[in-house]
Amino acid sequence: MSQLQPVGPVSADLLEEAAPVVEPKRWGPVVASVLVALAIAVLFIRVVPDGVVTTFRMAGGQGAAARVAPWVIPSRPGLVVLALFALAMAVWAYRAPRRANLALGLALLSFVGAFLIWAAAGKSLNLLAMLQSTLVRAVPLTLAALSGVMCERSGVINIAIEGMMLTAAFGAVLGTTLSGGSLWIGLLVAMLTGLLMAWVHGVLSIKYKVDQIVSGTVINILAVGLTSYLSGRFLQDPAFNWLNRAGTFAPVKIPVLNRIPVIGPLLFEGNFFFYLTIALVIGLSILLFRTRFGLRVRAVGEHPRAADTLGVNVYLMRYAAVLLGGVLAGLGGAYFTIGSVGRFDEQMTAGRGFIGLAAMIFGNWTPAGAFGASLLFGFADSLQTRLQILGIPIPSEFLLMAPYIVTIVVISGLVGRATPPAADGQPYEK
Amino acid sequence: MEPILELKGIVKRFPGVLANDHIDLTLYPGEIHALLGENGAGKSTLMNILYGLIAPDEGSILIRGEPVTLRSPADAIARGIGMVHQHFMLIPVMTVAENVMLGQESTRGRFFLDTRRVSQRIRELSARYGLEVDPDALVQHLPVGVQQRVEIIKVLYRDAQILILDEPTAVLTPQEVEELFAILRNLVKSGHSLLFITHKLKEALSLADRITVVRQGRVVGTRRPEETSEEELAAMMVGRDVVLSVEKAPARPGKPVLTVDNLWVESDQGQPAVRGVSFEVRAGEILGIAGVQGNGQTELMEALFGLRKPYAGRILIDGHEVTGASPRQLAEMGVGYIPEDRQRDGLILPFPVAENLVLNRYHQPPYSQRGVLQRDQIRENAEQLVKAFDIRASSVQVPVQTLSGGNQQKVIAARELSRPIKLLLASQPTRGLDVGSIEYIHKQIVEARDRGAAVVVVSTELDEILSLSDRIAVLYRGRVVGLLESREADRTQLGLLMTGGSVA
Repeated sequence: MSQLQPVGPVSADLLEEAAPVVEPKRWGPVVASVLVALAIAVLFIRVVPDGVVTTFRMAGGQGAAARVAPWVIPSRPGLVVLALFALAMAVWAYRAPRRANLALGLALLSFVGAFLIWAAAGKSLNLLAMLQSTLVRAVPLTLAALSGVMCERSGVINIAIEGMMLTAAFGAVLGTTLSGGSLWIGLLVAMLTGLLMAWVHGVLSIKYKVDQIVSGTVINILAVGLTSYLSGRFLQDPAFNWLNRAGTFAPVKIPVLNRIPVIGPLLFEGNFFFYLTIALVIGLSILLFRTRFGLRVRAVGEHPRAADTLGVNVYLMRYAAVLLGGVLAGLGGAYFTIGSVGRFDEQMTAGRGFIGLAAMIFGNWTPAGAFGASLLFGFADSLQTRLQILGIPIPSEFLLMAPYIVTIVVISGLVGRATPPAADGQPYEK
Repeated sequence: MEPILELKGIVKRFPGVLANDHIDLTLYPGEIHALLGENGAGKSTLMNILYGLIAPDEGSILIRGEPVTLRSPADAIARGIGMVHQHFMLIPVMTVAENVMLGQESTRGRFFLDTRRVSQRIRELSARYGLEVDPDALVQHLPVGVQQRVEIIKVLYRDAQILILDEPTAVLTPQEVEELFAILRNLVKSGHSLLFITHKLKEALSLADRITVVRQGRVVGTRRPEETSEEELAAMMVGRDVVLSVEKAPARPGKPVLTVDNLWVESDQGQPAVRGVSFEVRAGEILGIAGVQGNGQTELMEALFGLRKPYAGRILIDGHEVTGASPRQLAEMGVGYIPEDRQRDGLILPFPVAENLVLNRYHQPPYSQRGVLQRDQIRENAEQLVKAFDIRASSVQVPVQTLSGGNQQKVIAARELSRPIKLLLASQPTRGLDVGSIEYIHKQIVEARDRGAAVVVVSTELDEILSLSDRIAVLYRGRVVGLLESREADRTQLGLLMTGGSVA
């Protein structure tokens, strides 16, 4: 009746036979790597004259041991090597589709190197200072990202980190000056400010189940309005502007270790906030993945009903995580004032809270990943200021965009997709 | 013997519904008690009351003769009640050990998780009750049957004496069901008591010591398996006599309508899910596609209806190549489609019944004139179909989400079958429906066949495949591992093919 072969039983080895279709090629990374090589050739190799050298200095730190000889590269040959490297990455991406993203990442890295060689051709660039400022700039981004990790792991989206940081930055200044100059009290006030803002977000989004994006936006608008008003009314007023002279934490030099060349000045002469951030990255990794609290937080962020049926209080865990996130955002906010410039300026967080959220996503919702991503954004930021100093022929407005452009590129999924917690952004209804 | 659990006069009202109407139930130590009823009969409400998720309006719960109040699952767990939910309460990205310990973690100090001790405990429970599972495996990598073992281990880890199992066989293969039943019998031997919720008559009869039937929130009666029959239980469940087998005349197949030639389709994860499938379906015959959930059925059906692009192979309808055609093109060629997940893919839940009934033709006259919807035509059409297909809705303007599952499926059937079609693609057409609705949908599918349509039915229920199909294709890991005439097929043989075994 049927024209088909009666298939009947099939032996097991036939089932295991490999698919005839080979692994699909991933043309995106291949083409992008070729474009990187072309860009290096057209934008840089063509314009750099023969015989020019680029000098990378490693100046910084103290003591003879910390001094390292500068690194001199012939500009043109250096650029050619990097262009060839990008081409090699294109070939690799073609031959090994599984590694295509890694190849593209390395190709993009070679573009950054080429850019630096071109920008500093015939001049000298202080590489160590650039790396130092990368770390410094990564600090507030990491703290913002850690705040996001805590909240979203429990299933609450927090786009209010920007606003929490801004109010905490303000709180830190006031806490310090009103207490007669105690930076520690300033820091405490910043943490409490973050906590308070997070409590508002928690009540709105956990208890009243307001859309979490709406709640976050409201808090951001509130933060800008509140701090701008108070700052304009008091901090700018000559009668009160002593309130805005808070000072900053002094750098902490770790003896002996800070005498290691390059690494010493880079890692062991940092700001208090730098060490705090490193400690928090490690501490939160342990908290989330090795403790009972962390397990429960992750459970309510993935499948709140499952947690509920096992007697875990979903609302309590979410409040705890959001409040902890608020404290972290508060620390991030304090960095802007008492960790950096010592005074409050209107809207001084300048979108760092949102870049922190991008770092959280890029870092796949883990503390360590968020830190790595923040370093990338911090690098883009510090690159931009260095280049302004070198006076390269690109308008400074465009250079200022660098960190935001990197954010867009990263978030658009060019470098691979991350998976958010399954219940992220969903209010829990019993 | 003293009952370990007694429910007396449990009443629960929801707005407009009396979900539980003075329900009495007793469970003795070492007993398997099946609670049998259709969807919406109040079984789940009763179990949620027993697990502390819902508070009853009236009545009392006694455990070992002692009245208790259960305010939360934590209370129930503390009293030795454990529940295996129909939709697994497992976190896919976590390990077995993490899932098991959640809420009752072993710790070193007060805070740090002691995963090793939990794993040790899981291995002990595995060995003792025959529940083989690797404590360090991620749940998302486990087959459904093993995931269910994890659910049972979760309950045993909490030292539960009373186990509630809510439709535990819905997602299992016949072999897995046998394994589960062996495990359950083992548990009873070691002193546990089981409440087994189901709407499957065969399972209740083969497993339970006693069967209590509920209908519309009320207990209809309690029977012992040896003193009752499938027919009696079905009649008790539905409230009238039910035809359990599908009545159909032998198929009179005509010319080939659908030809599938060496089709390869990717899953969402980019893995080949359908791997070189070929078959043919003729006018006037039903091809049943049997297989355990997740062996490529979803991807195959989506590819056939143009929702997923195959990356190799061809699909032909009436000899014309339609590979890569859009769903609308296919619908206009006369293909009807009943999707696997009716709520996600088959209906727009907040839209009225009337609009859902024209989703596949709203853009054509008379429902649409020059781009403007014709409300009157759409309503008239709906009123006719509601009558013809016996859809129970208070009006055609109520959102389709307010209808029961069976009536939602009737809306889809009405939409897809109320126009001339040459090919019907039906995925799990009766999943989650009660006996009465199943009977109705089956009748509609057979009628479509008798009007000359070629029909492809995907089902994971062997009974459905056997009673509905004229021919049966068994799908295993994306391949057709068996293609047989349904009168030659038997359950054991199909069950073996479905799990990758071969027939001697």
